[in-house]
Amino acid sequence: MARSTTSYLFPLGIFLALAALLFYGLRLDPRLVPSPLVGKPAPAFELESLTEPGKSISSDILKGRMSLVNVWASWCPSCRQEHAELVRIARETDVQMIGFNWKDERPAALEMLSRFGNPYVLSVYDPENQVGIDWGVYGAPETFVVDAEGVIRHKRIGPIDRKVWQEEIVPVIEQYRPRG
Amino acid sequence: MIPELGHFALILALGLALVQAVFPLWGSFAGRRAWMELARPLALGQLTFLAIAFACLLQAFLTDDFSVVYVATNSNSLMPDIYKVSALWGAHEGSLLLWVFLLAAWGAAVATFSRNLPLPMIARVISVQGMIAIGFLLFMLLTSNPFERIFPAPLEGRDLNPLLQDFGLAIHPPMLYMGYVGLSVAFAFAIAALMGGKLDAAWARWSRPWTTVAWIFLTVGIALGSWWAYYELGWGGWWFWDPVENASFMPWLVATALIHSLAVTEKRAAFKSWTVLLAISAFSLSLLGTFLVRSGVLTSVHAFATDPTRGTFILAFLVIVIGGSLVLYAWRAPAVSGGGRFDLVSRESFLLINNLLLAALALLVLFGTLAPLIYEAAGWGKISVGFPWFNTMFIVLSPLLVLAMGIGPMTRWKHDEIPRLVRRLWVAFALSLAVFALASTRLLLPGNLHVGLGLGLTAWLVLTHLLNLSERLKNKGGIKRIASDLRGRSRSYYGMWLAHLGVAMFIVGATMVSNFGTETDVRMSPGDVHEAAGYRFQFNGAKSVQGPNYRAQRGEFLVYQGERQVAVLHPEKRAYVAGGMPMTEAGIDAGFLRDLYVSLGEPVGDRGDWAVRLYYKPYVRWIWLAGVLMALGGILAATDGRYRTLRKAATLPAGNLARA
Repeated sequence: MARSTTSYLFPLGIFLALAALLFYGLRLDPRLVPSPLVGKPAPAFELESLTEPGKSISSDILKGRMSLVNVWASWCPSCRQEHAELVRIARETDVQMIGFNWKDERPAALEMLSRFGNPYVLSVYDPENQVGIDWGVYGAPETFVVDAEGVIRHKRIGPIDRKVWQEEIVPVIEQYRPRG
Repeated sequence: MIPELGHFALILALGLALVQAVFPLWGSFAGRRAWMELARPLALGQLTFLAIAFACLLQAFLTDDFSVVYVATNSNSLMPDIYKVSALWGAHEGSLLLWVFLLAAWGAAVATFSRNLPLPMIARVISVQGMIAIGFLLFMLLTSNPFERIFPAPLEGRDLNPLLQDFGLAIHPPMLYMGYVGLSVAFAFAIAALMGGKLDAAWARWSRPWTTVAWIFLTVGIALGSWWAYYELGWGGWWFWDPVENASFMPWLVATALIHSLAVTEKRAAFKSWTVLLAISAFSLSLLGTFLVRSGVLTSVHAFATDPTRGTFILAFLVIVIGGSLVLYAWRAPAVSGGGRFDLVSRESFLLINNLLLAALALLVLFGTLAPLIYEAAGWGKISVGFPWFNTMFIVLSPLLVLAMGIGPMTRWKHDEIPRLVRRLWVAFALSLAVFALASTRLLLPGNLHVGLGLGLTAWLVLTHLLNLSERLKNKGGIKRIASDLRGRSRSYYGMWLAHLGVAMFIVGATMVSNFGTETDVRMSPGDVHEAAGYRFQFNGAKSVQGPNYRAQRGEFLVYQGERQVAVLHPEKRAYVAGGMPMTEAGIDAGFLRDLYVSLGEPVGDRGDWAVRLYYKPYVRWIWLAGVLMALGGILAATDGRYRTLRKAATLPAGNLARA
């Protein structure tokens, strides 16, 4: 079993490469990067409206204007937590806010909107997670920034508060806002 | 007051760990007997202080002391007592406390049960454990103190993650941690041996039972985790290749290789440097597992902590511990390796194949787990290596492993003849081939290549091991030999035998459930009957029930086979008082040959309809029973009589002291 001394350094080399990789991984914020959809056109959908049963809303609404698509549900406490902030944001921004009601029941969802205010221009209803899967939703709340061409520019996992809005979302909106 | 006592105990434990890491080790090189003799009492003292800290935190949980932040965020006064106990290790800070507590327990066990070890060896082993304890205690005290207070104290706690409020999960982490931490003993032995510059049979013999015991815990822990995921997550799956699962599976694979490699080192003085490397790797992967789970480097279904400062600390710790040991390895191993020679056809060769395959599997899992990160770093975008990739890799490599498992135990040490092996094994091989061929067709059962492969390999394992046992008994006095073997020094042979049959059992379970299991999604109204896999499921509607800290919709299903009613199942959809996602509690009728499994999806419409998932899971229990069998095998091997007697014989003369 005569091996050269350098072969005993091999495991150390592998480990150091691994450590470098992990060090790089630490600097990624798992909340910022997870969506493979960022930079891609938003998946098309055709869903019933939450507020007007029977009426259908398609992904065409995303074309032509900057949008925020907010995934929420009435059973989700963090959604309730961010709701007031969303109402405030809706009042001060020109970006269209679209509610994506996910795995929820209509009466409970409508009650939450009537009680805490409705920040959304339009609300789609996806109780069976049909479209949520295409959008890679794995929890609520999640918020997507979609530009005027219908391309997803950012995904926020977790609730939005003042700080997140100003430091994380607004810069993305400003960056991709249609010019002129 | 009591939480402060716990905090103080942690600080004292850190102080002791510092002394423990320095003086016995120093003494072993300076030849100071008094310093080396400090090792044992220090290890016991370490355990005492950590037991105090552990008890203090437990007391805070049981008395609902919500002034302790950790209790307030992970407990709730409505929670049943057993979950208040398990909530202790349900999140980051507490699970770390459990980690160091178990580390101290293993250290104290080594100190107590290794009376016959040469003093320099035990001094070094305990010092190495002290170094590990320093890292974890510092980590806890600096970044994750479980005793931190909050003022004013909240009136009610936030509740434990409902997913974790379950018996299986109450005992799963302690088992797994016992395994992880137990591997620190094998690691400490390896490092101590490298420091002493002596890798010999005695070293392997001391390490063996400890490694086997750690492996048993790891096996049971993984099996429990799989069982928990099966009944609690409501998807009917038993393994998800989730980073957290992989984190426990990698050390298991390497520890399995280590057990076999240690056997060769003990019996034939071969594979020395390889064994040391495995011992270092097994524990390193345990630490890496902790890192992956705690740092949020990889987002996972059950990552309960994502905090980069903690991640940086653990990474630095990893670099010191693993990097340091590998430097030591590169420096000392070339001088101490070498030893028993063996021919190409020999048991050593087959064990080497087994080792290489297990190591390759562990590397594949590591690669698959880190692939998203590698892609990200290389700028190839975000990917996740899912199920199919892992499954393909395992289906390609593990058959080779199983083939070697059949031949290895039948082969002689050092040198064997191929014609002799062929003569002994051809019948078993032909029969297994027949099973493979038959199960690959649709003649007896709706088989396919995967089924053929699975059942053929099972037949191979069972036949070769039966053959092996019968030859052994024939040569050595018939069936009554078993009893005397089990009493004496051959217990480990039966341990091997049982554990290998456990592998066969696992293959049956995995093959059957993956190929013949069915899954049906239906919408059912109260009174509806749906047939799946030959069973009729009758839905009797769902009604509200009140649990201790949740409200649930509880469905009732009657299951008939032919005219006979075989089961009543009550799947639930729970909403916990403290909030969060609704939880699915599956209704399961467990059986030796099959499980029937029903889970409630979402209510549909307003007439009491539900989206329902019906599963038929043939032989799924065999997967976990396999774990039980492997663990039993491990217990037999670890309690073999020869460790007790031979350990005395192995005690080296005091002259060894001078060498060290």
